[in-house]
Amino acid sequence: MSNNSPEREEVSIPAISVDRSASLGSSAQEALNDQGAPVAQHGAREMEAQNLHIWFGNNLVLEKVDLVFPANTVTALIGPSGCGKSTFIRTLNRMHELIPTAALAGKVLLDGRDIYSPDVDVTQIRLKVGMVFQKPNPFPAMSIRDNVLSGLRLAKLPAGDKESLVEECLTRAGLWTEVKDRLSEPALALSGGQQQRLCIARALAVKPEVLLMDEPCSALDPGSTLKIEDTISYLSDSITIIIVTHNMQQAARVSDYTAFFLAQYGEPGRVVEHTTTSQIFSRPKDPRTESYITGKFG
Amino acid sequence: MNPRVLTQADQIAIVTRRRLSDKVFRAILIFGGTTSFFVLLAIFLYLVQRSAPVLREFGLGFATNSIWYSGDGFPASQGSSDPANFGLFPMAYGTLLVALIAMVIAVPISVMLALGISYYMPKRVSAAVTFIVDLAASIPSVVFGLWGLFILVPHARYWAQLLNRYLDWIPIFDVTFPSFDQSPFVAGLVLALMITPIVTSISREIFSQTPLELIQGAYALGATRAAMIRNIVLPFGRGGVVGGAMLGLGRAMGETVAVFFVLQLFYDQTNWFRILESQGGNVASLIVARYGEATEFELAGLFGAGLVLFILTLGANLVASSIISRTTKKKRVSKK
Repeated sequence: MSNNSPEREEVSIPAISVDRSASLGSSAQEALNDQGAPVAQHGAREMEAQNLHIWFGNNLVLEKVDLVFPANTVTALIGPSGCGKSTFIRTLNRMHELIPTAALAGKVLLDGRDIYSPDVDVTQIRLKVGMVFQKPNPFPAMSIRDNVLSGLRLAKLPAGDKESLVEECLTRAGLWTEVKDRLSEPALALSGGQQQRLCIARALAVKPEVLLMDEPCSALDPGSTLKIEDTISYLSDSITIIIVTHNMQQAARVSDYTAFFLAQYGEPGRVVEHTTTSQIFSRPKDPRTESYITGKFG
Repeated sequence: MNPRVLTQADQIAIVTRRRLSDKVFRAILIFGGTTSFFVLLAIFLYLVQRSAPVLREFGLGFATNSIWYSGDGFPASQGSSDPANFGLFPMAYGTLLVALIAMVIAVPISVMLALGISYYMPKRVSAAVTFIVDLAASIPSVVFGLWGLFILVPHARYWAQLLNRYLDWIPIFDVTFPSFDQSPFVAGLVLALMITPIVTSISREIFSQTPLELIQGAYALGATRAAMIRNIVLPFGRGGVVGGAMLGLGRAMGETVAVFFVLQLFYDQTNWFRILESQGGNVASLIVARYGEATEFELAGLFGAGLVLFILTLGANLVASSIISRTTKKKRVSKK
């Protein structure tokens, strides 16, 4: 079946338009290989997984993952439930090892250095690679302001000018105008979408190089989702973002690159396809990718 | 025919018919729930009734005077030449003092042990320690008392001497007579060891309920384990720990045998703060000490002592339950 046949046109997805193809190359000058996937430059704010294998106990859940996340880009990780996307993203800031039986082989590089090398301080990695979780998890005992500053307190970083830091982080997370008059109210007084943006602001306060987002909008209404997507676009000028999402439109709207994960029955998860978002949504190379993004399974 | 607009007058009664099984279960629950209350009430009334002669004779002075004198066994109002005179204050105060010492020692140990079990020990060790702690909670208090008397007291004498030698400029470690045995300090130590298991158990339970998402959120922000515990686990568990401590306090105040073995009772003097002095008071121990040779009037006095202890422990438990319910309410908000 040729890519130009009329049938091909029918399976394309009119609801998904890729906004960000134009910005690619303007914000960053990445090299692409012949598959369309980015090539590692080992520079600042770049993350890379090299031949990564992940286990829980004796169970191999991800096999041979090679992914490059270029500096100041957004990469969406898509794939059906249970294919190891969340597990993968948690290896990027060493949250993986908090699960007792977790193990891995291969390398994860940040700024060209292996974050799993024995001389690395894990708390430093988590400061450089921030994370936003599926369910908003502001600290309930703290006010909005204290939540933003909580990272400094938890990691014992020097605070500097707290008020301007709070304003800066809340502004970057797109929340400042909504909360600027009630910074000392408890964080739980906010709506779910606001809480999630507060969690983004909290992650930004420790000045990370990379931000991991594990289905950040899955618990939110469409309006809040759009606000968070705006925040993602805005942040991607200065930070590398890796986002797990089940929402194809969201992947198409916010990301520069997309990686499709798939775990076939009885096998560990693998990366089926990794290329620019515009390509994966318009001309997917692998038929399984095409089936997934057109909603035939998953 | 168009249906007309309905008003409040048209409201129907919404009836949910109860099933028989619901009714039976409900009756059992109500019976069980109210029984404990009525038992408590019956005990209270019985104590009031039995102690009535003493309360009539001494009034409020029974709780505030400092004397326990049996005389010929009759009060002055019955024309006794050597009248009995009962005032419970040194015992009541001593009960609180000993319980306080026990709390000061037991709560920090329990909280640290609970944190160790929950967050620091390897899984196998923590399972073993949990098992041992729960087992320790079931040791009878008489064993603690005998062990305290024969094993702990000689050691405690040495520790008390050390405290006294180097810290006697702090009033609580000063003594008027250097004997150091059977002091409130030793009694508090025995009680502390006795209540540590239960306080540890409750603290561990509440710490283990800290939401995983908050713990992960803290770690994801570069927190060390200690910073995570200080900023997430402890604020979350504070109320529960206080509640557990209050339950321990209730137990410590009501304890009889363990304290009886290791505390020297002084009926006519209150040991306000010299915890190393071989002089103290304890309501439960007083009852044990005097019961065997009590005349009828003194027996009424002992029932009065029981009434005072009943009120003290009930008060401690009320405080505990109000603190626990306040924490539960807070938790419900955080789940939203």
